[in-house]
Amino acid sequence: MPVSEAGGNAHDTITITGLGLVTPGGVGVEKSWQSVLRGEGTATTDPALEGLDVTMSCRVPDFDGSELLGRRARKLDRFVQLALVAAGEAIQDAGLDHNTWDGARVGVVMGCGMGGAPTWEQQHSVLLERGPNRVSPHLIPRMIPNMAAGHVAIDFDAHGPNLCTATACASGATAIGTAMDLLRLRRCDIVLAGGTESGVTPLSIAGFDNMTALSERTDDPGRASRPFDVDRDGFVAAEAAGVLVLERASDADARGARRYGTLAGYGASADGHHVTAPDPQGAGGELAVRAALADAGLSPEEVDHVNAHGTSTPLNDVSEARMIARVFPHGPAVTSTKGVTGHALGGAGAIEAAFGVLSIHHGVIPPTANMESQDPDIDIDVVAKSPREGSVEVVISDSFGFGGQNAVLAITAN
Amino acid sequence: MTLYDKIVEMLEDKFGVSSDEVTPESTFEDLDLDSLDLVEFSMALEDELGVGISDDEAAELKTVGGVATLLKEKGASV
Repeated sequence: MPVSEAGGNAHDTITITGLGLVTPGGVGVEKSWQSVLRGEGTATTDPALEGLDVTMSCRVPDFDGSELLGRRARKLDRFVQLALVAAGEAIQDAGLDHNTWDGARVGVVMGCGMGGAPTWEQQHSVLLERGPNRVSPHLIPRMIPNMAAGHVAIDFDAHGPNLCTATACASGATAIGTAMDLLRLRRCDIVLAGGTESGVTPLSIAGFDNMTALSERTDDPGRASRPFDVDRDGFVAAEAAGVLVLERASDADARGARRYGTLAGYGASADGHHVTAPDPQGAGGELAVRAALADAGLSPEEVDHVNAHGTSTPLNDVSEARMIARVFPHGPAVTSTKGVTGHALGGAGAIEAAFGVLSIHHGVIPPTANMESQDPDIDIDVVAKSPREGSVEVVISDSFGFGGQNAVLAITAN
Repeated sequence: MTLYDKIVEMLEDKFGVSSDEVTPESTFEDLDLDSLDLVEFSMALEDELGVGISDDEAAELKTVGGVATLLKEKGASV
């Protein structure tokens, strides 16, 4: 079924050949994956939030931008630094070399919900304290959210389509779905797709807290993010970046690449309900899940595992669970890796897609950290306490953003 | 300390440039400094020496030694 004059084909198989992760579990895929398998919350008291009601976050440990990226790191906001490190790992993992690839055929789609919030705040203080003539000339290039994708293009000679998707907490998943379309339409041969965020600042945390979105369990940070648990009281803000290398399977096979799995379907929808509260029955999320299944040619009962959005907010988890129970009455294994990582906002959808890929690759589903007593209003099979081993063939990864923007990915074994 | 030494010290502080890689003939390009860095550097010069570099002057400047010469002409001293 050709869908473009360039000969694009909606039925091209899109494969995942590389992964890069920088998460609160650590720098790199291996550390991040081992962290979610351990199933322990990563939130800690955050000195940057001193004096606020909520003083915890999930930071990437031991991430030194200048050590990893050299002295130019000082010109890059942290969300860009995280993205560059994740992209570098993903390219290497895919066995690709940016010095030799045809950069004109390499696209980049990087989701980001907030952009350079730390830079905004620092420079706003400079404006107030020292006047407009001392505002940094680097303010705008450090802050605009599309700069992660822009810097990936500069560092890795990626001269194809270059986009930033901004669908709040769904941005990373929207980016991967958009990348899939670019490959099907043959606008690119390779896409570096993912998401990044490092927006944990006093201003943003105060804002999230005052909308009652955050956990206030600040006396016990490691147990604060507890998706689907009866005592959950909100999310813990995190920073993270994840990048997937996507290619048409025919191209990946031609170069003998290792294929982790297939990006089989993408579904997007809007709740059209409320700016921040999800539709109580998860109707918008259901539209996106069903669209992703249809795109992949899958029936609901073929799904083994759902990597849930599972933010640990009272509203999200119950509405999402209702939706999952309705669409998947056969009861697939559900996990929310946010129990470990916290909620990385625009980075979340990308790191969770990568965790879904790794569940297929390794045949193991990470547990939902801190899910000690399941909410009686939540009637789904939540993987808790320890990883669940066994073949995983079909994964659904949910991402839902403020604004009611939903993006769902269907990922299958090769 | 000469004006040139002060400039090298500021490049080290503000931009992480290593002082042993700087000579009077070093161009900003050699040091990976772009036009936005020069604007930022000019702000720092104004703060520390009371004399900055205008956009027109910056466009003509090529080397670190050139900055020292220009600032000296404009009456800056350490």
